[in-house]
Amino acid sequence: MELNKDLVAASAAPLVLAILADGDSYGYAIIKRVAELSGGRLQWTDGMLYPVLHRLERQGYVVSQWRAAENGRRRKYYRITKDGRAQLAAQRRQWQVVDGTLRGLWLKASTA
Amino acid sequence: MAGGGRNPAGSVAESEHRVTTFAGQPLEEQIAQWRAYVRRRRVLHDADVEELEGHLRDQLAALMGAGLAPEEAFLVAVKRMGDLDALSREFARAHSERLWKQLVMTPGGPEAPAAAGRAETLIVLSLAAAAALAVKTPVLFGIRIHPDEELPRFYARNASLLVFPLLTLYFRWKRGWEAGRGLWLAAPFVAGALFANVFPFRPGSQTEALTMLHLPIALWLAVGVAYVRGRWFANGGRMDFVRFSGELVIYYVLIALGGGVFIGFTMLLFNAIGMNAAWLAAGWLIPCGAAGAVLIGSWLVEAKQSVIENMAPVLTRLFTPLFTALLLAFLATMAWTGSPIEVKREVLIAFDLLLALVVGLVLYAASARDPQAPPGWFDGLQLLLVLSALAVDAAALAAIAGRISEFGFTPNRVAALGENLILLGNLAGTAWLYARFLRGRGSFAAVERWQVAYLPVYAGWAAVVVAGFPRLFGYR
Repeated sequence: MELNKDLVAASAAPLVLAILADGDSYGYAIIKRVAELSGGRLQWTDGMLYPVLHRLERQGYVVSQWRAAENGRRRKYYRITKDGRAQLAAQRRQWQVVDGTLRGLWLKASTA
Repeated sequence: MAGGGRNPAGSVAESEHRVTTFAGQPLEEQIAQWRAYVRRRRVLHDADVEELEGHLRDQLAALMGAGLAPEEAFLVAVKRMGDLDALSREFARAHSERLWKQLVMTPGGPEAPAAAGRAETLIVLSLAAAAALAVKTPVLFGIRIHPDEELPRFYARNASLLVFPLLTLYFRWKRGWEAGRGLWLAAPFVAGALFANVFPFRPGSQTEALTMLHLPIALWLAVGVAYVRGRWFANGGRMDFVRFSGELVIYYVLIALGGGVFIGFTMLLFNAIGMNAAWLAAGWLIPCGAAGAVLIGSWLVEAKQSVIENMAPVLTRLFTPLFTALLLAFLATMAWTGSPIEVKREVLIAFDLLLALVVGLVLYAASARDPQAPPGWFDGLQLLLVLSALAVDAAALAAIAGRISEFGFTPNRVAALGENLILLGNLAGTAWLYARFLRGRGSFAAVERWQVAYLPVYAGWAAVVVAGFPRLFGYR
């Protein structure tokens, strides 16, 4: 199943924030986590995650830090901020409204 | 130079984790090629490329760990990374300050520039000519510039009114406003014309001098609104306007230098044949040139962004330490000798200018800085500059307040007091946000937001001085 592009784009920020809320992480690991959680159905073009991360950082929702990686290179880790958690909560409420509304409609459609 | 065998440096198990051990292998070369290819995109900075490369390597390690051959893994990893054009576009969107460097160089599509460039050149030249002529229109009503007059009062009051509307027109055209929209932008200019000319100023009055100084500041905001196409709060437009303003100043100074040389030679040549060209210089060359140069300079900033884009950061880096040292030395000397600040008009103006310059240095450093870079020594220096400016400002404020309580209010003192308080507010906010950023408790974006949010305050106060002061102080 191919997810709609707009839907993928809209869900990117809350997904990233939610994953970071579980602990600091870096780009590759975030993508892997999303693929895992969605059972591979939510596929991002890998590169596209980075502009999303940078935008979130710019908005002050995450902060980044270069740390040494086990392969001897360095890796940019992201951490969610207080503002980021507030933003995540707000996004969550918004998605719940959409989800709840759709659920109601579909329930009606299936019982009718 | 394919080395033949696999991975001489490490065991197979190690290769799953340590991709760097492919040194000397074709894969490492392919990665290098990929890196060079990515680097060519100007919106992607070195740190971004490093981050993306790290991702590519993680992906490669995982794919090869799953049993893919290096070449296959490379192809898959690059494919998954996605289309680089689309990626750079997204990066440019996330970092609008980088977009700024490219935006104006290629307006529209690849074919558009030549024709659009010619049209723009024509429009700018006619607008510059119109500005030059606008400066001469008052002559039709019998208001002339006399070469021996110290300050042509009418012209000094109306200078910005003769030029800025044309600049606003230019941006209206350049940003493609629809014909009917944005007509309200004329309102500030009409109001400015009224306030500059209906009051019965006496020659040499303080309120008139204040109008001359403050009207351009107030009207510059109207130019800014046209610059950002009326979307004052939309994505980074205000910061772009700040950059534009600063670079216009640089260009304007350069043009003025050239103009000075030109005028010098004009005088010299005509002097050689026994004629005095002072009337030509004072009546035509200087006023018309000064007016036209605003439009030409704006056009150059818009068109030749990349030529000078690195100038502002270099200048701020150069002068931030010098001004920090100056302010600290001044404070130390004042504390040592105990001599108070003398409250004269020139001194007050000098202090306001100094503080405005400090704000400018901070603003400019902010506009050129990558907001995602971690705090560095230069940020510490900036904080020191802001703190010392705060101390100097406090001393100046105390002096003005003392003067006012002793000798009462004058237009100059109140205007200077207002400007001081405004700059004090700005510097205090900046210091607070900067300190938070340095301690890792806030982001640099907050400093940037604070600075751009403050812009209308300057214009607002300038408008108050222009509109309110003359009557309030009885045209003194």
